[in-house]
Amino acid sequence: MRREIPLLITTIAGLVFAISYFIPHWPFGEAESIFGDWIAIVQAFAIWLGALNLMKVSIEKIYRKKEDAMYASIIIVCLLGTLAVGFYDGFTGGPQSSFRDTGTSFDWLYRFIYTPLTSTMFAMLAFFVASASYRAFRARSFEATLLLIAGFFVMGGRVPLFDLALKPFTDVPYFSEFAGWIMAYPLTAGMTAIMIGIALGIMSSSLRIILGIERSHIGGGA
Amino acid sequence: MITLNQIHSKNVSVLLSVIFILFFSLNLSARQSAENTEQKLIDSVQAMVANAVVLPSRPAIVSSLSAKDNPSDKGGAIEIDWKLSPDDKELKSYIISRSESLDGQFSKVGEAVRGHTSYTDNKTTDGVNYYYSIVGLKTYVDANGNDAIVSSLPTATGPIVSSAQWFRSERAWCLFFVLLISGAIMFYINRAKSGADIYIRKIAGIDAVEEAVGRATEMGSKIFFIPGIQDMNDVQTIAGIAILGRVGEIAAQYETWLEVPVSKSLVMVTARETLKEAYTKVGRPDAFNQDQVHYLTDDQFGYAAAIDGMVVREKPATIFYMGALFAESLILAETGNAAGAIQIAGTAMPSQLPFFVASCDYTLLGEELFAASAYLSKEPRQLGSLKGQDFGKLIFMAAIVIGVLIETFTDINVSQYFQVK
Repeated sequence: MRREIPLLITTIAGLVFAISYFIPHWPFGEAESIFGDWIAIVQAFAIWLGALNLMKVSIEKIYRKKEDAMYASIIIVCLLGTLAVGFYDGFTGGPQSSFRDTGTSFDWLYRFIYTPLTSTMFAMLAFFVASASYRAFRARSFEATLLLIAGFFVMGGRVPLFDLALKPFTDVPYFSEFAGWIMAYPLTAGMTAIMIGIALGIMSSSLRIILGIERSHIGGGA
Repeated sequence: MITLNQIHSKNVSVLLSVIFILFFSLNLSARQSAENTEQKLIDSVQAMVANAVVLPSRPAIVSSLSAKDNPSDKGGAIEIDWKLSPDDKELKSYIISRSESLDGQFSKVGEAVRGHTSYTDNKTTDGVNYYYSIVGLKTYVDANGNDAIVSSLPTATGPIVSSAQWFRSERAWCLFFVLLISGAIMFYINRAKSGADIYIRKIAGIDAVEEAVGRATEMGSKIFFIPGIQDMNDVQTIAGIAILGRVGEIAAQYETWLEVPVSKSLVMVTARETLKEAYTKVGRPDAFNQDQVHYLTDDQFGYAAAIDGMVVREKPATIFYMGALFAESLILAETGNAAGAIQIAGTAMPSQLPFFVASCDYTLLGEELFAASAYLSKEPRQLGSLKGQDFGKLIFMAAIVIGVLIETFTDINVSQYFQVK
C-alpha cells in the first residue's frame, strides 16, 4: 500500500488535469485551482522541513568542526537574525501593519542586504557569458565554426558600428538585416524543433507516470 | 376777482401742463429703462458668447451591440461585442452596463478603452437572463476648467444567459493529436511488453553517466546532482528525480558519495525517498545517508551562490544538472567547469540550452531529459514509450512538410485551422 496509494493519487490527478484541458465544465474546470490551492498549502508547510534541515546540517558542520563550519555559522546567524527581525516588526507594528511594509527593519534587510547580494550574483553572469562564449566560439569543429560565424553576424547586427562601417558603400544596413534574418528563421526553426521534442517528451513521460510505468519519483524503481 | 370760468381754464391749462410734463418724463424714463435693459441683455449675451465653451455634441450611438455566452468556458462569463463608434477616435472609452431586465436599473460592469470592440463580463451567474447596454464616453473641459464627460445615447441588447460547456471545441485538433500520439506510445509499450526488439538511438549524454560516476570514484571525489530550482509540480523536476534514481544506483554500486543540494523542501523529501530506494535496490541500504540530500534555499541566486561555494571548496569530480534551471544555469556550469568537474546537463528550458552546451561536457537537449530515465532503466515498457515518442516526431515532421508545401503553393492559410487557444 505504501506505493499503491501514491500511484493511485498520481494517476487520478494526472487524468483529471489532462481531462480539464479539454472539458471546462465543473468539476474538471475547477480542478486546476483546487489542486493549485492544495499544492500551495503543502508547500507552505513543507518550508519548515527545509528550514529545519538547513539548521540541522549547519549545526552538525559546526559541531564536527568541518572545513566549512564558518559558512555554516553565518547561515545560522543570518537565518535566526532575519527570523527575529521579522517577528519583531510583526509584533511591534500594530494590527494594520505588516513586517514587509516599507520602512520596517525587515524591509531594510531586504532592500540593503538581500537585493544587493542577489544583484551581485546576477551581475556575475556578464563575466560567465564572456568566458563561455570564448570557449564556444573557438572554431575547433565545423559546428563551432558555424556558431562563430552566426555569432559574429548577430553581434555585429546588434551594434550600430558595423552598419556604420558599411555606410560609405551602401545605405542598406546589411548587418542588422542579416542578424534579424538569423534570429527570425534559422533560430526560430531550431527552437521550434526543440519545443516540439520537449512537448512529445513531456507527453511520453506523463503517460509513463500516469500508467505507473515510471515510479522512481515516488521512491520506487521502474 | 377770478371767476370760476377763469379758475377753471387756468387749472385746466396747469393740469394739462403737468400731465404733459409727467407724460414726457415718464416716457423718457421708460425709454431710458428699456434702453438700459436692452444694453444689459446685449452685454450679458456678448459676455456669454465671449466666455462660452461650445458644448460638444453627443458621440454617435455605438452600433451592432451583441452579447453571447463566452464559448468554451466553465460558465460565469458573457462576451459582449460591438462595432467601433464612428467617433471612436474622439472617445475616451466604452462603458458596459448590465441589468436583469430591459427596463430595470443598468449598473456598470466594465469599461473598454477606445479602439476595442469586445468585453467579457466574468461575473455572471449561470442561468440568469442579462441585458447589456453600452455608451461611448467623450471628455471635454467645461466653462469652469473642470473635466467633464458627455456620453452617447445607450444601445442595449439581450436577454443572454451564461452557461458552462462540456468541450473546448477549439482544442479538438489538439485532442486528436494527443490521442494519436498517446495511442502510438501505448502501442509500442505493449509491443515492448510482448518481447519485440525496440531499437533506441544512442544518446551520448546518457551513455556518459556511468563514465562520469566512474571518474568520481577513481578520483575519490564527490558527485553533485542539481535537480533544478522548480518544485515537484514541474515535470522537469520529476524527470530529474527519475534520473537521480539511476545515478544513485550506479553511485551506490561504486561506493561514491553522491550529494544532492536542493532548493525546494518537497524535492528534498522526494529525492531522499528515491535515493534510499536506489541504494536498497542495489543492496547497499547501509551506504545511504539522508543528509546526502539537503536543503539550501528557495531563493534562485542564493541557491546558485551556495552551490558555487560548495563546488569551489569541495571540488566535485562530477556534476549533474537535471531539471528546470534559469539564469543561474551559466553561473553554476561555468563554476563547475572552472573547478574541472565533468558536467552533464539536461533541461527543457530552450533559452538555457546554449549555456549548457558551451559549459558542460554533455547536454541532454529537451526531449532527451525526459528519455534519460527510460534509457538508463533499459526496461522494455519504458523503451517502448520512447519509440512512441519517435512516432510522434514522425507525424510532426510530415505535418510540417505538408503544411509548408500547402502554404507555399496555394493561398490556403493552413495554420489558422490548428491554432490552440
